[in-house]
Amino acid sequence: MSDVMTETREQATAQQATRADNTQAILKVTDLKQHFPISRNFTVKAVNGVSFEIYPGETYGLVGESGSGKTTIGRSIIRLHTPTEGSILFQDKEIAGSLDHETKQMLRRDMQMIFQDPMSSLNPRKKVGDIIGEGLDIHKRYSSSQERSDAVADMLKKVGLSPTHAERYPHQFSGGQRQRVGIARALIMNPKLIIADECISALDVSIQAQVVNLMKDIQDEIGCAYLFIAHDLSMVKYISDRIGVLHLGYMVETGTTDEIFSNPVHPYTKSLLSAVPHPNPEVEKKRHSVPYDKDAEGVDYSVGTIHQLEGTHSVLATDEEFSRWT
Amino acid sequence: MEMNEKAILEVRDLDISFKTNAGVIHAIRGVNLDLQKGETVAIVGESGSGKSVTVKAAVGLLDANATVNAGQILYRYKDDNGNEEVVDLLTMSKRELRKKINGRRIAMVFQDPMTSLDPTMTIGKQVMEGILLHKKQDKNAAYARALELLELVGITDAEKRMKNYPHQLSGGMRQRVVIAMALASDPDILICDEPTTALDVTIQARILELIKDVQERLGLSVIYITHDLGVVAKVADYVNVMYAGRIVEVANVNEIFYEPRHPYTWGLLAAMPDLELDDDRLNSIPGSPPNLLHEPEGDAFAPRNAYAMAIDEKMAPPMFKLSDTHFVASWLAHPDAPQIELPDELKARIERSRKEAQSYA
Ligand SMILES: Nc1ncnc2c1ncn2[C@@H]1O[C@H](COP(=O)(O)OP(=O)(O)OP(=O)(O)O)[C@@H](O)[C@H]1O
Ligand SMILES: Nc1ncnc2c1ncn2[C@@H]1O[C@H](COP(=O)(O)OP(=O)(O)OP(=O)(O)O)[C@@H](O)[C@H]1O
Ligand SMILES: [Mg+2]
Ligand SMILES: [Mg+2]
Repeated sequence: MSDVMTETREQATAQQATRADNTQAILKVTDLKQHFPISRNFTVKAVNGVSFEIYPGETYGLVGESGSGKTTIGRSIIRLHTPTEGSILFQDKEIAGSLDHETKQMLRRDMQMIFQDPMSSLNPRKKVGDIIGEGLDIHKRYSSSQERSDAVADMLKKVGLSPTHAERYPHQFSGGQRQRVGIARALIMNPKLIIADECISALDVSIQAQVVNLMKDIQDEIGCAYLFIAHDLSMVKYISDRIGVLHLGYMVETGTTDEIFSNPVHPYTKSLLSAVPHPNPEVEKKRHSVPYDKDAEGVDYSVGTIHQLEGTHSVLATDEEFSRWT
Repeated sequence: MEMNEKAILEVRDLDISFKTNAGVIHAIRGVNLDLQKGETVAIVGESGSGKSVTVKAAVGLLDANATVNAGQILYRYKDDNGNEEVVDLLTMSKRELRKKINGRRIAMVFQDPMTSLDPTMTIGKQVMEGILLHKKQDKNAAYARALELLELVGITDAEKRMKNYPHQLSGGMRQRVVIAMALASDPDILICDEPTTALDVTIQARILELIKDVQERLGLSVIYITHDLGVVAKVADYVNVMYAGRIVEVANVNEIFYEPRHPYTWGLLAAMPDLELDDDRLNSIPGSPPNLLHEPEGDAFAPRNAYAMAIDEKMAPPMFKLSDTHFVASWLAHPDAPQIELPDELKARIERSRKEAQSYA
């Protein structure tokens, strides 16, 4: 394991060096582990030593198998979980351990999460206008109630809803409308980092396009960074600067979007890319994807180390696997 | 009751509104939809266009503030004695539906998996409960069947996972548990509302193949609501495109993808990010859907339609028949309307799709 750690650090330095502007990462996750004990003899090891960093104004796409730990990583970073092990630096502050009052405030203000499950993350008894305005209330971000309701109305319009929707309750919306309420609630705070967990997957493609364009605009405007968790690779390709591929709680491959798409190395990444359904019925009814079975191929992630390819591209492998895959 | 001979489910002129603080929302404005035995029908369309409400009406799960103003949902099935019956699901009480139809004959996978899961009960218990409710079986058999179903939907360590509570599972795992529950009762009709939104593509492929397999073995009929046009291309026989409470285009899957006729369908197809291209911006359809608090005059899509004509402002278009399988509600299909070419970008895209298809032929 210590091997992985040192390799990871080296790789991080290498990445930093390749960045021309030499800016500091806004988020730096090092060897994060998140385990959930279920019973005496069963612990779910959701995240097993994951490292990555996100730079200001950047979008980092996190993709991977269902259950591979994407949501858990997001929830650990925003501290809905207490990490089992590892370090999380956010704006140069360690936030993996216990948090003092000031750090908590900073976290609440500068980091927002858009949740995968909109129904269970919105208070059913509150009107949508108050849900969206809640952050403004807590941090007293307005001087009159008119200013507040204008801000809420403006945000509703930006996510493609109507200001009259402020008066409705969450259950009175369609699935995609509800998801946009969650997006509005996060964006209204102008945070530095937004963890967006499958935030567009319930939207039709036209609204997806609208929301993703909006997220890009807001990024240009306020320079926020995104941790963009998604399973839709075409959307991830479109929005992300860099991508991390997660499998069973391990980061199996990471690199720039271009590196991952034009030269995938890990067999899981390859399988994932090949499984993207094409919106082309004649093709899709005949095509088969590349299967990947880690056990059949004898891959054991816990003995792999990070191997560097060109640029920021790296892959988790043993020396033997690495020479076989490249 | 009159029903198309081969149909298993027929939605006729469905019209539904909701009472809210702000006024009455006319959410479903005359929807017609056919499903034949063994067939897969997809419903795609704008968020808020009424996809979920339409199918919820079929299973008697409309919210309390809903009113069905008109319409029928006819369902043909064999009763316990093997006699064929046709019922209008809208006239059945919730109790009757629960006893005779829901789960057992028509199973539904909801958009939000937590609406179907009890947070206080382990998932093993919940899947077993579904099996025991609809089939006379002993507990051991139900346990074995539950385990088998969970493995089929790709839950690893299924035996241990049966002891988990819903919050201990990932979003996609929860979704798969709900799919397992729906398949548990061998239904005639499976309605899936965004069944694979939270799933990565590899598991998605697995689930879609699983459903296809059940379909081939048992003649299951499936309705998919999905915005993922890749999924539609993979599974659907027919596609219904919905906009503002109406079906605006219906056709077989090839017609929708290679010869779309409604400008809204064009917008949807053009909005998909293309893995082949490096676009800097995605094409969304400009404008926003009509607020159904106020009844739109004319064609509801007109304000966003670059090809709208004078008549679109005045009168909603009827369904025009283009082929035995292709219908469109757009004045552009009227014989007197000007011939409109597909937008260039979409034309190029369809051309690429066709070429790609040839290489698979
Ligand atoms: N209980 C309710 N009260 C008021 N309006 C409602 C209620 N339920 C749904 N609606 C409205 O009815 C319309 C149709 O909703 P529906 O859930 O069918 O949309 P949908 O097509 O499934 O969209 P999505 O793709 O976002 O899930 C929406 O405008 C929604 O806001
Ligand atoms: N509170 C919890 N208690 C116990 N186990 C948990 C908890 N939260 C997550 N897990 C487990 O951690 C693993 C990773 O879950 P996570 O939700 O992070 O996956 P994910 O990558 O987001 O998947 P999906 O794409 O399906 O949402 C799963 O095995 C899940 O069962
Ligand atoms: Mg998740
Ligand atoms: Mg819906």
